[in-house]
Amino acid sequence: MNRLLPRLLLTPAVATLFLWMIVPLVMTIYFSVIRFNLMQPDQSGFVGLDNFEYFITDPSFGTAVGNTLVLLGSVIAITVALGVAIALLINEPFAGRGLVRVLLISPFFVMPTVNALLWKNMMMNPLYGVLAQVWMFFGATPVDWLTDFPLLSVIIMVSWQWLPFATLIFMTALQSMNREQLEASRMDGANYGQQLRYLYIPHLGRSVAVVVMIELIFLLSVFAEIYTTTGGGPGDASTNVAFLIFKQALLNFDAGVASAGALFAVLLANIAAVFMIRMVGKNLDK
Amino acid sequence: MARQSTFTPAYALRTLGAWGVALLLFFPLGWLLLTAFKTELQAIAIPPELFFTPTLDNFHEVQERSDYLLYAKNSVITSVVSTLLGLMIAAPAAYSMAFIKGKYTKDILMWMLSTKMMPAVGALVPIYVLAQKSQLLDTQLALIIVFTLSNLPIMVWMLYSHFKDIPHEILEAARMDGATLWQEVRMVLLPLAMGGMASTGLLCLVLSWNEAFWSLNLTAANGGTLATLIASYSSPEGLFWAKLSAASLMAIAPIVIFGWFSQKQLVQGLTFGAVK
Repeated sequence: MNRLLPRLLLTPAVATLFLWMIVPLVMTIYFSVIRFNLMQPDQSGFVGLDNFEYFITDPSFGTAVGNTLVLLGSVIAITVALGVAIALLINEPFAGRGLVRVLLISPFFVMPTVNALLWKNMMMNPLYGVLAQVWMFFGATPVDWLTDFPLLSVIIMVSWQWLPFATLIFMTALQSMNREQLEASRMDGANYGQQLRYLYIPHLGRSVAVVVMIELIFLLSVFAEIYTTTGGGPGDASTNVAFLIFKQALLNFDAGVASAGALFAVLLANIAAVFMIRMVGKNLDK
Repeated sequence: MARQSTFTPAYALRTLGAWGVALLLFFPLGWLLLTAFKTELQAIAIPPELFFTPTLDNFHEVQERSDYLLYAKNSVITSVVSTLLGLMIAAPAAYSMAFIKGKYTKDILMWMLSTKMMPAVGALVPIYVLAQKSQLLDTQLALIIVFTLSNLPIMVWMLYSHFKDIPHEILEAARMDGATLWQEVRMVLLPLAMGGMASTGLLCLVLSWNEAFWSLNLTAANGGTLATLIASYSSPEGLFWAKLSAASLMAIAPIVIFGWFSQKQLVQGLTFGAVK
């Protein structure tokens, strides 16, 4: 086979991706050092690092970084822990397993804007929401979720969406386990707790890595859930970095500051990427 | 495989537990489904009404109020076209990396995945400005381009891991028998790769259909997708939950039903073949 062919086949994908990466990046770097307000196009000029200073000294900045990490960490922890538990529960046969799978996976296909509005109105509304009804049934005072626990509310919505994904990955992994090994351990008198610790959990290691990686990609930029429910508020209580940049760019029209923020987001993503690539790189050689 | 279907206490407990969890997780969607067929008054009744005469009025009103069909059409066009376009760009690249391994194959793959790590918001201002300058704001074309590019890394990866599972020997045998490259691809590779192509396409269809960041920021009343339409219901104009539910149901039903039929391929595909 000649050497030209592989390059020819690769070029369209590599070239478009390269443009997709480099053009916005260069533009962002340029915008981040000039005065650039979408509402005042006449004002321009080089401002050095002013935009960065403004973005980083903005009191919202620290909150947003914290919220991003809390959101990321909580959703990953919740989906992995509950996902493993549910996967173990449905691993052995039971009546109606196929239907249970269909019910379980459904939230994964719901678009984020619908997810957000569904929870905001029908579940979490402090007067008519289902959760309020449940609270009242037990004689408790209903919670105003989006006002009192905005970040937690977003975490619940996003976890609801991603739990099915984690569950199904873990279930797929469990299905490939060595049945004879399990049988042998039972013969040797291992109880379920021991099987869990020495057989099931170690077997799931790799799929946990995969779930964490995929969720990292998608959760660093949670946006629609915040946009449609809390709008980042009250105050900055549920603003993450993605939403903060959006606010600067399209609500304050300050594209310069937003660009400085975007570069920070890229940095954050790259830190995550290095971590992730180490993890996946190992799997690739196999 | 020791498949026990005999009725034991453990079996009964498992059935009960699994159904309990499944119904709990499905509950919000089930509630949405019920509310869509209620009147507005029934939708906010306390205590909630579980038994009622279903009505289709909400669906009519949604269509009248906001031209559902226009947004649905945009959703279908943007997701289908971007998926096909993505497959056309990604498949040759994945083929070349899976079968003609070069020195930099692994680096290229890693680099591609790392572009997916770049948060969409990092490119918001430039893409917005570019779309504005080229008159593409609020058009289907803008979304098609953005969806294709942002799904491309995932597509290359998924196809690569599917192609890698195809034994080289089969392709070599075809080559030995004097097949040209085109014959090799069309008669040997494509039939074998069809499953992988399909599950990659399905996943990207779902991702594009549900994509909200770019559709919210780049489109509105003309090029907007169903995700945009639903978001427009977020501004409180009183309690119109029945209509909101009907609109939501119309937005998610196609892709949820679609997902039910292809769940296995979809989820396995997303692991890039790392979990079997």
